[in-house]
Amino acid sequence: MGSYQTFSAHVRDNSPVALVTVIEGPHIGSTMVVTPSGIVGGSLGNSDIDRVVGRDALGELEAGRTLVRHYGPHGESTPEDLIDTATVRIFIESFSPPPLMWIFGAVDFTAALARVAKVLGYHVTVCDAREVFATRRRFPMADDVKVTWPTPMFTENGHRLSSRDAVCILTHDPKFDVPAIQGALATSVGYIGVMGSRKTHAKRLERMAEVGITSTADLARIHSPIGLDLGGRTPEETAVSIVGEIIATRTGRNASPLGVSDGAIH
Amino acid sequence: MRELLTDIDRWQTDGKRVAIARVVDIEGSGPRGAGAAMAVNQDGEVSGSVSGGCVESAVVSEALAILSGEQPSRVVTFGYSDDEAFAVGLTCGGIIHLFIQPLEW
Repeated sequence: MGSYQTFSAHVRDNSPVALVTVIEGPHIGSTMVVTPSGIVGGSLGNSDIDRVVGRDALGELEAGRTLVRHYGPHGESTPEDLIDTATVRIFIESFSPPPLMWIFGAVDFTAALARVAKVLGYHVTVCDAREVFATRRRFPMADDVKVTWPTPMFTENGHRLSSRDAVCILTHDPKFDVPAIQGALATSVGYIGVMGSRKTHAKRLERMAEVGITSTADLARIHSPIGLDLGGRTPEETAVSIVGEIIATRTGRNASPLGVSDGAIH
Repeated sequence: MRELLTDIDRWQTDGKRVAIARVVDIEGSGPRGAGAAMAVNQDGEVSGSVSGGCVESAVVSEALAILSGEQPSRVVTFGYSDDEAFAVGLTCGGIIHLFIQPLEW
């Protein structure tokens, strides 16, 4: 199997992979494929440089970084080593699995949110305890539809959630949303949003207090009512306001129009 | 490059030669970061993009020249700097470095 086949198979499986390419120097254009288990294909020209760059690529892959690094022809990497020797420039490109979005509640807003999340590249899972509603037919755009209560979902899979991922709780049902909030708070998920009117939110805060969710740190992680204040009404408009809030949470921006703010755009 | 795989596979199944252009570095403002990629087949068909449409047509010309052997695989720079005054640039004023090579690995 060629390097491209090995590389594309990993990307399709959503398993982490780094593609390493010589972009300047001897063996320009040669590639190597690196996964968490090591070098799985290709070569950059000699075993010395493969070993050194393979190790560095693994570090970059773990951090999800894509960048250019410089080496000597045999993988020399200290500044002194590189003074009198030709430089090899290596492009290390990390391909991480897509971020995850779990949506609780199989409602109309869920279908719209799942569609918008797919546009942004999320792997989307829809969860609801009601078998009649949580069906593939109603959510063909989701990657996975699970008939389950929140607690077992988080107990079994919560360890998979990281700061890149999002949990959106759209159930409106106290039986469902409080356990979902508890489950999400126990993970390191980057975004937790809960749907409901301001009145629903106030009542929910009381119920959360009853189960012990009172710390400022926990409450600060919960975006409720979910979404940015765009003034939209339809499920699709609401979905855009939710993903807008997810992006702003990740980047730490306050989501005001660029026209009224200054500073760097990206 | 994830989004290019389906087109690349189809072209390769059809026996077409393919070049890939990847953004390896951006200086200043740029619409797409390192890793943005575009594939071009021998007939000039394109998949993906590497900027907001500013440099794509120039990348196609470079990719076809590399596929035909007129030019070697190399880093191509677009933008405005003192030593490299390329005709094509990014409207936002940034400098974009792309590595373009035939997909023969």
